[in-house]
Amino acid sequence: MYKYDSYDHAMVADRIAEFRDQVTRRLDGRLTEDQFKPLRLMNGVYLQLHAYMLRVAIPYGTLNSTQMRTLARIARDYDKGYGHFTTRQNLQYNWPALVDIPDILDRLAAVEMHAIQTSGNCIRNVTADPFAGAAADELEDGRPWAEIIRQWSSFHPEFTFLPRKFKIAVNGATADRAGIRVHDIGLQIVRNEAGQTGFEVWVGGGQGRTPRLGHLIKPFLAPEDLLSYLTACLRVYNQHGRRDNLYKARIKILVEALGPEEYGRQVDDEWRVIRAGELKLPDAEIARIRRFFDLPKQVEPTPIPVTENRAFARWLDRNRRDHAVDGLSSLVISLKPIGGTPGDITDRQMTAVADLAERYGFDEIRATPDQNLILPHVRNGDLEAVWSGLVDAGLATANAGLATDIVACPGLDYCNLANARSIPIAQAISTLLEAEGLSEKAGDVTIKIDGCINACGHHHVAHIGVLGVDKRGEEFYQVTLGGAFGTDAAIGSIIGKGLAGEDVPAAIARLLHTYLEIRADEERFIDTLRRVGSDAFKEAIYADA
Amino acid sequence: MKTVTANRLTDGRVIYRTATGEWTTELAEAARLDTDQADAVLELASGESHIAVGAYLIELARDLPGGQKWRREGIRLTGPTTGSTHAHATA
Repeated sequence: MYKYDSYDHAMVADRIAEFRDQVTRRLDGRLTEDQFKPLRLMNGVYLQLHAYMLRVAIPYGTLNSTQMRTLARIARDYDKGYGHFTTRQNLQYNWPALVDIPDILDRLAAVEMHAIQTSGNCIRNVTADPFAGAAADELEDGRPWAEIIRQWSSFHPEFTFLPRKFKIAVNGATADRAGIRVHDIGLQIVRNEAGQTGFEVWVGGGQGRTPRLGHLIKPFLAPEDLLSYLTACLRVYNQHGRRDNLYKARIKILVEALGPEEYGRQVDDEWRVIRAGELKLPDAEIARIRRFFDLPKQVEPTPIPVTENRAFARWLDRNRRDHAVDGLSSLVISLKPIGGTPGDITDRQMTAVADLAERYGFDEIRATPDQNLILPHVRNGDLEAVWSGLVDAGLATANAGLATDIVACPGLDYCNLANARSIPIAQAISTLLEAEGLSEKAGDVTIKIDGCINACGHHHVAHIGVLGVDKRGEEFYQVTLGGAFGTDAAIGSIIGKGLAGEDVPAAIARLLHTYLEIRADEERFIDTLRRVGSDAFKEAIYADA
Repeated sequence: MKTVTANRLTDGRVIYRTATGEWTTELAEAARLDTDQADAVLELASGESHIAVGAYLIELARDLPGGQKWRREGIRLTGPTTGSTHAHATA
């Protein structure tokens, strides 16, 4: 993985010193809250319902065991012994004191981490396929490109005060696991007819209040032109984005207003001016960054173990993924224990994951947009040892991709913006589906829950989405059907009136029972839904409402 | 009845303003304010941003958070309703 150079170290150290001074001035009254708020947000510090929240950047979701151990120690020493992995492959601490945050940032910097640009109207942490560099279906590892974008966008003076936040994702595999069509810019690595690799550029996707799928504005962008083209995209947005209206300030609104063709034409006009200039990426620099992301050295082509241990076999079946290298597997560590809080992990569990990654996983860990973790490279001969370690740590839930692998935003239990709780709904759904055996029977189904329309929990792109709303002090939940996050990206449609929170788990259970009754052979839930339409499920959802 | 709440500057914890102008983490110790008093006390509290961030009024019903924001303020008072991780981590 990427290693900081002296410039990176100095840049982060300078920023922490600056923020430490800002905190001191806020505490002694030299800065008002109005003056301090934008400064703390630039350093990932929010003020939530109960406490400050610190959002730590995990660039393209990649971290090593030393970094994970540091995250664990911070959770233990400065928080309540746990952290929360988010859908943007970051980690949030829910309880840090403001007075401690500069010291926390020092600890992060010592292991080449920070919280810069995890908030504010800037280019946020770049996300990527969490299986990048390991996936069997990969054309090219997207992480070197994500790292190049990270370096270009960090403290970019022109793009520090954009009309709104800006999110970029990179995907290098056949299957889209980065959600390129629901990002402000999505980059899909492709190969053209001449056999050269480059990027499809998708612009104007996003979720939130106005969910939109991105538009393809450049079918093939040569790698050396990546930064000049991104600069042109950002410049057009920076100039014409709606700064007058918070709800219309994202690039998706601009692209829709101009039309993707006109937006693309304006980008091309700008690009022609700057394309041959200093932003052209030198081959040597691309090669230098790529060397940080080598695959593990050749391993013995050991087969997947055949086992009579049913729990191990079930976990292998659900949580193991094929690897690009014969003899290796990638493993999903579910952070979705039945009835637990999606994405939460205790300090002890973080340490256990770090130990397993160091001993068996080539020292690499990934955070996923589904709020899980991945050990991307594990020898097949070590699979049982890893599983055993995860069992001991309480992290061996065999439900990756199942209906109990629920994504949920923090909701009204933590978040200042939320209208309704989401975690307790996730917990109740998980518990009921497991009790009825539906998680296993229904197979691949995505359920994602949000406590407000900002959609941090990605309900718009779930097969079954749940959106909490507040009606005169009472929580209600709208169900959406038919969304999808990946290659077949789609925005779900609201199925009908909102349900009371206590009615949601049973409604989803009835919906899945209906699916099991009407599916053809081994048809997946989303395929059945697309074949028969959502009306076939409406009666089940509202049967007892 | 109403009372004034905010988040403590140093650590963000939920606090309430007492009748004597102090700040406390205990709702039971918070001032109970009539509607005609409330705005004046809020104005005083808003001037104490070196202690309390984002002061605002909440409604009370039988000494607990009331009105349309009763659930939000109830969660601020007693903590997340999510159980597991927090309980496990602090056990």
